[in-house]
Amino acid sequence: MSEKKAVSAEALSAGYGHRAVVSGLDISVIPGEVLTLIGPNGAGKSTVLRTIAAQLEPVSGTVYVGGSSLDEMKPQELARRLSVMLTDRINSERMTCRDVVSTGRYPYTGRLGILSADDRAKVDEAMELVSVTHLADTDLSCISDGQRQCVMLARALAQEPEVLVLDEPTSFLDISNKLRLLTLIRRLAAERNIAVIQSLHELDLAQKFSDSLLCIKEGEAKYQGTPEEIFTGSRIAELYGIDSGSYEPLYGAAEPQRTEGEPEVFVIGGGGTGIPVYRALQRRGVPFAAGVIHENDLDHPAAKALAAELITEKAFEPIGMAALSKAEAVMRKCRKVICCPEAFGTMNSGNRKLLRLAEELGILEYAEGSRHD
Amino acid sequence: METKRKLRWTAGFIFLLLLAAGFFILNILKGTSSIPAGEVLEALSGKDSGLPSHRIVREIRLPRAAAALLLGGALAVSGFLLQSFFANPIAGPYVLGISSGAKLTVALAMILALKNGISVSSWTLVAASFAGSLLSTGAILLLSGRVKNMAQLIIGGVMIGYICSSVTELAVTFADDANIVNLHNWSMGSFSGADRGDVRVILLIVVPAVILTFMLSKPLGAYQLGESYAENLGVNVRLFRVAMILLSSVLSACVTAFAGPVSFVGVAVPHLMKSLFGTAKPIVIIPASFLGGASVCMMCDLIARTVFAPVELSISTVTALFCAPVVIVIMLRRRKGGS
Repeated sequence: MSEKKAVSAEALSAGYGHRAVVSGLDISVIPGEVLTLIGPNGAGKSTVLRTIAAQLEPVSGTVYVGGSSLDEMKPQELARRLSVMLTDRINSERMTCRDVVSTGRYPYTGRLGILSADDRAKVDEAMELVSVTHLADTDLSCISDGQRQCVMLARALAQEPEVLVLDEPTSFLDISNKLRLLTLIRRLAAERNIAVIQSLHELDLAQKFSDSLLCIKEGEAKYQGTPEEIFTGSRIAELYGIDSGSYEPLYGAAEPQRTEGEPEVFVIGGGGTGIPVYRALQRRGVPFAAGVIHENDLDHPAAKALAAELITEKAFEPIGMAALSKAEAVMRKCRKVICCPEAFGTMNSGNRKLLRLAEELGILEYAEGSRHD
Repeated sequence: METKRKLRWTAGFIFLLLLAAGFFILNILKGTSSIPAGEVLEALSGKDSGLPSHRIVREIRLPRAAAALLLGGALAVSGFLLQSFFANPIAGPYVLGISSGAKLTVALAMILALKNGISVSSWTLVAASFAGSLLSTGAILLLSGRVKNMAQLIIGGVMIGYICSSVTELAVTFADDANIVNLHNWSMGSFSGADRGDVRVILLIVVPAVILTFMLSKPLGAYQLGESYAENLGVNVRLFRVAMILLSSVLSACVTAFAGPVSFVGVAVPHLMKSLFGTAKPIVIIPASFLGGASVCMMCDLIARTVFAPVELSISTVTALFCAPVVIVIMLRRRKGGS
């Protein structure tokens, strides 16, 4: 079975010397698969990656790359099978991007490291794949962080690896570059049949760009599975020990802590119109009530995370009497009502009644930007 | 671009070879006593005429020029190794106090030997110098484990240099009067003492060490990316670091044993070569640094002994004048680069 696996390890302990930082790791990655390590800062993600890349001796257990144990593999052989992209900054001067990518050919060149025509073609190809060919003759110190990461990825690819180990490849990058790099990594994994093991800080991206996830916390592998398995319920909140705010696993949205207290403002929401208002109120520290929100409404996760009081209706059901009278009771105690939706339909016609009541009470205010006649 | 680069490198090497050859010839032609070129040629052709001018050329100028060439090259290569090792462009045997450590042990060995009436061989001096180099390098290594900042490491090295220098001064002060002049001259740095036997020893040490360094071009190139990347590329980092330290120590120890401390050449020359060739590739910069260091030292030695003749300047006085500004330029450029 192990022949098919690009990387595998059972009961692996990673750490320094005899001190294990993370133990009980079971790792198995097949070619073309992207495995992402997530977990709180200092959980030992880098330690695990460095152990897989043979830069640290395992405290116990063995890592297998392509079916062979790292202990029995010569450094050069491993270099031809596994390449890395690290967070270390390169501060060498006078190195063009092509020079940097060329170092990837190291395991294939002779005594003096002179590149053959074939090596040069591989270097060009790697730069082509990552679309950094236009930077080839530019000095590494003269390009942006996003470009630098791409060049480092090209360098890793020039090594023609079966396994790619990436330590936080997206740190220092803006959102557009994060997406570009991760898309590229996924594409390369699929096209070149490369097994990718990476660590990511951005949970939402880890969820969307991984085939499987390994959650590390307090020195052990907490959960392991597909993104669908990991991003359910309160697993993520538990993993990171989130205590100020919340994390909505389905959308990958982190929300700050709600303002507790007697609601001062009642927000009529629905269809995503409520979210900006909820967030604005949270920022100002105003406790608010949200209603009536269907359980499958776009506004529901944010309202659940941010509202001091939330009145909901079952999914796909018209707003019923029970919810309505509850909402009315809460609303009468508020000093202000903000109405967000621009239109009402069959399912939320109950909210229109709330709007009328607010008008009668003279505490109605329309949300900024919404138009009502 | 690749062909443009190759053209630039070829031109660079031709320039350096001509430069080195030119200074070598000038060093043999020029001196305190003016000897016509014809006589110099006669002297070099090997006929043993016993003429004083022939003896000056063969016994004094030729070994001195050869020493400046070989030791200058050694110094620059040693500097390049240290810069790669510490990933620090201002590192060099002089600024890191390695030359001063070597100076101290050589002075102690000389004083001890002279006191007991033993004559010291060149090999003993090199051995003493090597021990001193390794000691200071060890101190620097301990320091570098604690300070990651480039400037702090250099300040530490300069301080180690001062400590070693003052202990040397102390030892020289209490040495026998007869030896002081000799020791004092040497401890200021000069190529003047080299005779033919010395040159043979220098040749036997410097040439293999530089060739070995050149053979390490490949791992050195990988190491420029940092330790972790080098390791991933299959470099045995621990072994490689030891090799770098040993080679740079042997080279700078050889320089100090025969010429005393020579300032700033180790920092300035590799930097100038990187600018000249537009690359940091070790396979280019190692031979270039050797030629460049040789040229700079021969030039500085020529200036040291001819400009105020018959008064001779110490070699460090001249090299500092030319090379220290380069060090300042490096620091300013790094500042601009933001790192």
